[in-house]
Amino acid sequence: MYWEENRECMSREDLEQLQLERLQSTIYRVATHVPFYRRRFKEINLDPDGFRLLTELSSLPFTFKDDLRQNYPYGLFAVPLRDVVRIHSSSGTTGMATVVGYTRNDIKTWSNLVARVLTAAGVTKDDVIQIAFGYGLFTGGFGLHYGAERIGASVIPISSGNTKRQIQIMQDFKTTALVCTPSYALMIADTMLDMGVNINALSLRWGLFGAEPWSEAMRTEINNKLNITATDNYGLSEVMGPGVAGECLECKGLHINEDHFLVEIINPSTLQPVQPGEVGELVITTLTKEAFPVIRYRTRDLTRLITEPCACGRTNYRMTRILGRTDDMLIIKGVNVFPTQIENVLFEIEGTEPHYRIVVERENHQDKATVLVEVIESIFFDEMKKQRQLVDTIKKKLASELGVSVDVKLVEEKTLERFEGKGQRVIDKREL
Amino acid sequence: MLKIRNLEAGYGKLRVLKRISMHVDPGEIVTIIGANGAGKTTLLQTITGLVKIGSGEIVFKEKNLQKVSPEKIVASGCSLVPEGRQVFSTMTVEENLILGGYVLAKKGEGGIDQEIKRMYELFPVLKEREKQLAGTLSGGEQQMLAMGRALMAKPSLIMMDEPSTGLAPLIVKSIFQVILRLREEGNTVLLVEQNAKAALGIADRGYVLETGKIILQGAAEDLLRNRDVQRAYLGRESD
Repeated sequence: MYWEENRECMSREDLEQLQLERLQSTIYRVATHVPFYRRRFKEINLDPDGFRLLTELSSLPFTFKDDLRQNYPYGLFAVPLRDVVRIHSSSGTTGMATVVGYTRNDIKTWSNLVARVLTAAGVTKDDVIQIAFGYGLFTGGFGLHYGAERIGASVIPISSGNTKRQIQIMQDFKTTALVCTPSYALMIADTMLDMGVNINALSLRWGLFGAEPWSEAMRTEINNKLNITATDNYGLSEVMGPGVAGECLECKGLHINEDHFLVEIINPSTLQPVQPGEVGELVITTLTKEAFPVIRYRTRDLTRLITEPCACGRTNYRMTRILGRTDDMLIIKGVNVFPTQIENVLFEIEGTEPHYRIVVERENHQDKATVLVEVIESIFFDEMKKQRQLVDTIKKKLASELGVSVDVKLVEEKTLERFEGKGQRVIDKREL
Repeated sequence: MLKIRNLEAGYGKLRVLKRISMHVDPGEIVTIIGANGAGKTTLLQTITGLVKIGSGEIVFKEKNLQKVSPEKIVASGCSLVPEGRQVFSTMTVEENLILGGYVLAKKGEGGIDQEIKRMYELFPVLKEREKQLAGTLSGGEQQMLAMGRALMAKPSLIMMDEPSTGLAPLIVKSIFQVILRLREEGNTVLLVEQNAKAALGIADRGYVLETGKIILQGAAEDLLRNRDVQRAYLGRESD
């Protein structure tokens, strides 16, 4: 089953023609409408009209997350705000948020691309789809929602949280497709077990999971526990949201919607393209976005391109599931967390040392993060009350900075191992 | 069907087309819209071989058109309905159509009579004017004759240069109805128009040509909704 067969199964030659046309007009538009890109192009003496070949893509400058932050909120929009019908923000925190916008056409394109992903993963208009992604600034909820409506499926916009209610509705509404993070799917499965729900009595058939890294082992576990077919899908708000790539029922890699996103895999150190099939950082250029086009966006996600034809008949190249990150960003309960943010908070609190460790574990399929902080000796000999106060203060400040709550444990001075040079401050015990 | 990559062309030192990349798939109506002097006619003339390709490439039915003569391009299935009709005014309607079938006759394919009959079905008004001199037809009728003449060669791609020029709105409507019908019958149409609204209204996809460059492209309905297109070509200062 295809959603747009003429696009998903087009010949490589036709695809490249389309990509070139779209890239040329994208470059023209960003050079004309976005001062940031105009400046960037000028700095390297790049003639936006001179672009002739897709292989010349590497002559264009990269765009970084930091560029988005520095142009907060609307600096990189390529259309006036009155043409924007939707605004989303990345799952960063207030201080580090990035803002993206969509025109009416962008929303239409987005819905269509998500419809492709859903169709590839088995969903049809006959399905009842429960979207347990958060609705709001996060692109996950609305992105999947519009795509599912586009297909004509019956959408339950339940949003995230309240697991027992999720299960109740899943039973009562006869949900056939579940959309959420893979870890939440496992949590739902375990809660069902606790509640004594008979899995085989459910109507559930499909699971579309994304927004965090997961593994084949997790897929097997989800498939077994929920008795469904789970597929992976990928997207990021900076280039659109969900709908960038998604698995077909072969479950051997995510088909990239290459007619809308031009992808490169680069070596993050040399910045050169990797050998075909090697692991590297995914770099994305949007080809059809009107409100928020991006040129060569460094996703920091590591993957590998699969160019061999897929048994499903789609000709779009595939990427493997995300294999890791090139930076030290952690995803805790779906929220992006950078160790430097934690460092900044600790730096401002009196009595703490700049030595810390972040331990991330998974308990009952939920992420649990604990920050171990060294404190000066006097505090350790102080009364318990003061220690508790300090823990509370750190917790509160971290929660407001990170947008997700973490545990805090105080440890004595010099108990954490010291590093020479760049230290490994994150201990990720999650087994995906 | 037709693929153009990085086409540059012009007259003498004047570079009219600066960088054109576009394509037409079988069975589509694709429109190129743009203001006067944007390079629309030059583009069509370059595809038909009347203007030389400066650089870049035009591939028609898997064949590179570099240095292919206009006759051969027409013979290979690419017909142009020129701007301003340009029918042979001192010849009858029927004679004009027969001339259009010249390519068929040359190939020894015959069936010209049958083709003429088909044209009369498509354009009943031409049947009524069968023996009339083309120069005495109204503007709209001449446009239909010019289209009929081009279709006589049974082209796989029919290109039309500003078919709406100088015609009353009602006539434009009926011409565009015929274009839609051509697509229904499986024809492929490349339509160059200044009348952006009418052209995008019937096309599947469109390209916006500005000073020799394609600056926008996409599904026709998306272009109709695009605010830049609305402001520049649809005469609407929205909001």
